[in-house]
Amino acid sequence: MQDLIAPFHSAVNNVEATAAAIDKKIIGYLCSYAPEELIHAAGFHPLRLFSSQSGIVRAEGHLQAYCCAPIRGILEDALSGRLDFLEGAVFPHTCDSIQRLSDIWRMNTGYRHFWDVVWPAKLNTQSAHDYITAILEEFKASLETASGRPITPAMLADSIAIFNTLRSHLSRIHALALACPGQLKGSDFQALVKGSMIMDRKTAAHRLGSIVEQLASASGKPEPVKRVFLSGSMCDSPDIYTAIESSGAVVVGDDLCTGQRWFDTLVDDTIDPIAAIGKRYASRLNCPAKHAGLTTRSENILSQVRALDADGVIFVLVKFCDPHGFDYPDIKSVLDQHHIKNMVYEIDGQQINSGQLATRMETFIQMI
Amino acid sequence: MADAQTQTHKISSAGKMRELMTQYYLDALSARQNNKKVAWITSGGPVEPLVAMDIIPVYPENHGAMIGSAKMGESLCVTAEDMGYSADLCSYARADIACSVVKGGPIGGLPEPDMLICCNNICGTVLKWYEIQARYYNVPLFILDTPICHTGLSPAVENYVFHQLKEYVSFLENVTKTRMDPERMKQVGHDSYEAQILWQKILNTTAHRPSPMSAFDAFFFLALIVTLRGTRTAVTFYQELLEEMETRIQQNIGVVPKETYRLLWDNLPVWHKLKWLSDKFSSHNACLVADTYTSAWCGTITHVDEHRFFESMAKAYTQIYLNIGVDQMARQVLDMIDFYQADGLVMHSNRSCKPYSFGQMDIMEIVRKNRDIPVIMIEADMVDPRSFSTSQVDTRIDAFMEILSQRRQKQ
Repeated sequence: MQDLIAPFHSAVNNVEATAAAIDKKIIGYLCSYAPEELIHAAGFHPLRLFSSQSGIVRAEGHLQAYCCAPIRGILEDALSGRLDFLEGAVFPHTCDSIQRLSDIWRMNTGYRHFWDVVWPAKLNTQSAHDYITAILEEFKASLETASGRPITPAMLADSIAIFNTLRSHLSRIHALALACPGQLKGSDFQALVKGSMIMDRKTAAHRLGSIVEQLASASGKPEPVKRVFLSGSMCDSPDIYTAIESSGAVVVGDDLCTGQRWFDTLVDDTIDPIAAIGKRYASRLNCPAKHAGLTTRSENILSQVRALDADGVIFVLVKFCDPHGFDYPDIKSVLDQHHIKNMVYEIDGQQINSGQLATRMETFIQMI
Repeated sequence: MADAQTQTHKISSAGKMRELMTQYYLDALSARQNNKKVAWITSGGPVEPLVAMDIIPVYPENHGAMIGSAKMGESLCVTAEDMGYSADLCSYARADIACSVVKGGPIGGLPEPDMLICCNNICGTVLKWYEIQARYYNVPLFILDTPICHTGLSPAVENYVFHQLKEYVSFLENVTKTRMDPERMKQVGHDSYEAQILWQKILNTTAHRPSPMSAFDAFFFLALIVTLRGTRTAVTFYQELLEEMETRIQQNIGVVPKETYRLLWDNLPVWHKLKWLSDKFSSHNACLVADTYTSAWCGTITHVDEHRFFESMAKAYTQIYLNIGVDQMARQVLDMIDFYQADGLVMHSNRSCKPYSFGQMDIMEIVRKNRDIPVIMIEADMVDPRSFSTSQVDTRIDAFMEILSQRRQKQ
């Protein structure tokens, strides 16, 4: 099993080497609202950008210290040449910080291609759905110009199939790992998800398929461990999973954009592909920078916690992430009303204090 | 008789302005007794349909400015933090959310809303803030979604926003159970246009040397173009204010005695330190002649069609200063530097406002390269005083003014 998982860890830990081995032009993207199927169908390789967590030097001259670490870190990587393998980048509009990073990136980097995909902020009206279709069509046309070839229906169908396979495999792995905790470490599962955003997608899908087969044939009984649900934007650190597991618990689910939010919900391959891609984004759980109803996120967490029989919720909040910061008190209040124990862990800056992290997790897990 | 330029005549329209704002808040606070609906609306939102339907618009951001000016920001922000809201979140939002619960602030809290109108052309924060208030007050929320125009307004965006404007009217009609009168909307649109033209003319008067008013005055007189835009009250008041400014120009009355340096301000005011900052710059004979903030309420007038106001709202409301790319913002700053003959730029790096503040460093560099004028960046927060170091800002302003002085001596 570890042989199958290792390449995913390697992709996450050695992005430049992974990128060098890919024989396509690479397009970086900022968040899970980037329509990867379209980028892939145009013949490019979509690669999600994560901060390398190097020291901030050049980005200091563009973004104040009260900007979140992922955004400052990605800009630092670009300005210091660590992303020179990129042919271009896609900025899906979500939060105010990504919005301004897009401008700063466009004005200060020299990559060949640049796209803003300006998503609507609300996802629950017909006019927003029509607008989503319009911007996806515009993006497709622009990708065709950049690649110098049309995106045929067959190409798009192939890409959708690959991404659906990736998502299906990750969902299946998640379910199998839940059925038998201990088979797959949380940090390994995190690497599978993140690695799938970096590696060649066909290769990733193939390897994930093999992992599904191995997990499906593995035997074992669920261990009596505490079950926690993670909520937040992104969880960039495997240390959090390790700290939870070292404290005698497992992560049974999440709503992270580096987790289930990225692989939940398939693109409907029976309808118009552009409409289907838009429909997936409108129907999957939203990032709090988007509006899909007043109680959508709290209801989702509540139902997931119940369905997964989780003992508690850990909010993993990135410091200076406003959308999650505004949602937190309301969701916490809903959990409290339902007597679901919860704790917030704020990721501040580039580094995690492992001693403090372990103490917080141990204390919380002993309480639940 | 003192030299006209050294006179410090107060702006007499200020009294009238206070009366109008007091009346406005009294009307809003007694709306229920008068069977009127109250809509809370974001500062960049289209207020004209509300005025046309006799709905009283109330601005939590204006309320936030009042809280900041009354120096009540810290305690309300702390209350919000006790409720679980991070100290890193917008202080307007924190103060308002806390105010709703404790009924505090300078006027004991805003009148409760019957509906909420959120236009996200100023930031994504308002979306979250209004979701919170919609849950708290259990009232309907309309979101006017104005996608950012990084490099221009696309037909897809314009169509989307225009479609939503029609949905906005339907929303209001549903909540009020009355139909909008198109003729009334036209009249309100005309009044809004007229007020915006007047407001721009008033701001333009500060191009005169000495400047008849400062950005600190504009921060104060702004309240009407925000809250009463689309009414004859705003038009009449701004006609009078413009006349007063023109009279001051004729009489050579400057707001800063011995005006020597002319500065441009960027970002929201530091409401809790307005007087201190005004005095500080005045002590150096420096006048903040203009700012990027108050001009936002007339900055898209070129997109407004006076005769087809409703139809032109999509273009106008989507392309306001904060909803465009940083490079476009920089071009506007350069234009303002030229028009107002600014000698320096003062940037407020505002922890509460990320879309306004991120990109400022790039604008700073563009200004330095293209206009070769000194730029200072002040770290602060518009409402929360805990992010303001008086001694540090004091020293930095002294150093900045020293640079301006040295440059002036070399010329």
